[in-house]
Amino acid sequence: MAATQEEIVAGLAEIVNEIAGIPVEDVQLDKSFTDDLDVDSLSMVEVVVAAEERFDVKIPDDDVKNLKTVGDATNYILKHQA
Amino acid sequence: MPKIKPSKGAPYARILGVGGYRPTRVVPNEVILEKIDSSDEWIRSRSGIETRHWANAEETVAAMSVEASGKAIADAGVSAEQIGAVIVSTVTHFKQTPAVATEIADKLGTAKAAAFDISAGCAGFGYGLTLAKGMIVEGSAEYVLVIGVERLSDLTDLEDRATAFLFGDGAGAVVVGPATEPGIGPTVWGSEGDKSETIKQTVPWTDYREGEVERFPAITQEGQAVFRWAVFEMAKVAKEALEVAGLSPDELDVFIPHQANERIIDSMVKTLKLPESVTVARDVRTTGNTSAASIPLAMERLLATGEAKSGDTALVIGFGAGLAYAATVVTLP
Repeated sequence: MAATQEEIVAGLAEIVNEIAGIPVEDVQLDKSFTDDLDVDSLSMVEVVVAAEERFDVKIPDDDVKNLKTVGDATNYILKHQA
Repeated sequence: MPKIKPSKGAPYARILGVGGYRPTRVVPNEVILEKIDSSDEWIRSRSGIETRHWANAEETVAAMSVEASGKAIADAGVSAEQIGAVIVSTVTHFKQTPAVATEIADKLGTAKAAAFDISAGCAGFGYGLTLAKGMIVEGSAEYVLVIGVERLSDLTDLEDRATAFLFGDGAGAVVVGPATEPGIGPTVWGSEGDKSETIKQTVPWTDYREGEVERFPAITQEGQAVFRWAVFEMAKVAKEALEVAGLSPDELDVFIPHQANERIIDSMVKTLKLPESVTVARDVRTTGNTSAASIPLAMERLLATGEAKSGDTALVIGFGAGLAYAATVVTLP
């Protein structure tokens, strides 16, 4: 069953916490991965790969650069999840 | 029909000796920062690199190779005359012909050893090692010298803030020879030419010669795409190399991945779930990315510092431009 917006944000929060050590409660829709959450371009790749596995979605390299905020990633996953 | 007599090789092959050469000039991040808008902290956090070595005019591809090879030959306890073939992996020998391997074979004092260059980028050492093993087991050479050597500083755009800090120069060499037990496992290798744009030389030499571009060619790469491929796809290849060698991760002593970037190494170790008992090469911190030279250089350093010892079982994996890759398990010399 497809994940809801709430479930995706919670999942991303766990992933970002695991990879960058950011508290889960800081991971909110309006937060920028690089500016607010200290996720640099390489960690972003790790976040994306973990999200692909967790939400059964493909996020090609060309699309990764458009995922600036947690909201961008959440909407992308909502739209593309299998 | 006349019968052709087959050659007779050794039952197995192994690495018998290793040697390295690092150029005398040590280049800290501060020097890189003279030409790019960045910081020491940024470079270290994105790559783990603190210093790298850059070759001077005398430290040519051939000269560095001869130095590293001399050490490898001494370490192996053989003489130069016994070397039957010299394989050089490089992408920074700027004279297309003859192959630099012939000059190196001559300067080392080999007895007219077969000598040739290969181009497989950062996978080159594994490619050379695989060829050497085949030649020894097949019987066309008893001892083979495999050299990875680069002067990547010649092919670096010092004004490109994404790559200027990455590359270094140096040479690493191993002597591969006959063995009574397998010392080099099956190679898992391949290429993904559909991703060739990910790491490449900006333009062909001919474009530069004809004045179509003003800037000398340099290596450029798509950082995020390379990182994803290197960590997640190459972890699968590394795992497969262990499996085909019949080993489990806890039987491994040492992991020597291509020294591209410490972040790739960290992430790969995590993805592979290597036990903490495995020693991981992190030569990239003070050597930078030396492409084909990085694995033998890291191997030499681990043995020199005592972090690894002769007889240890090591997983080596090279990956880069092509995109080409090669992974195998070896017994350390």
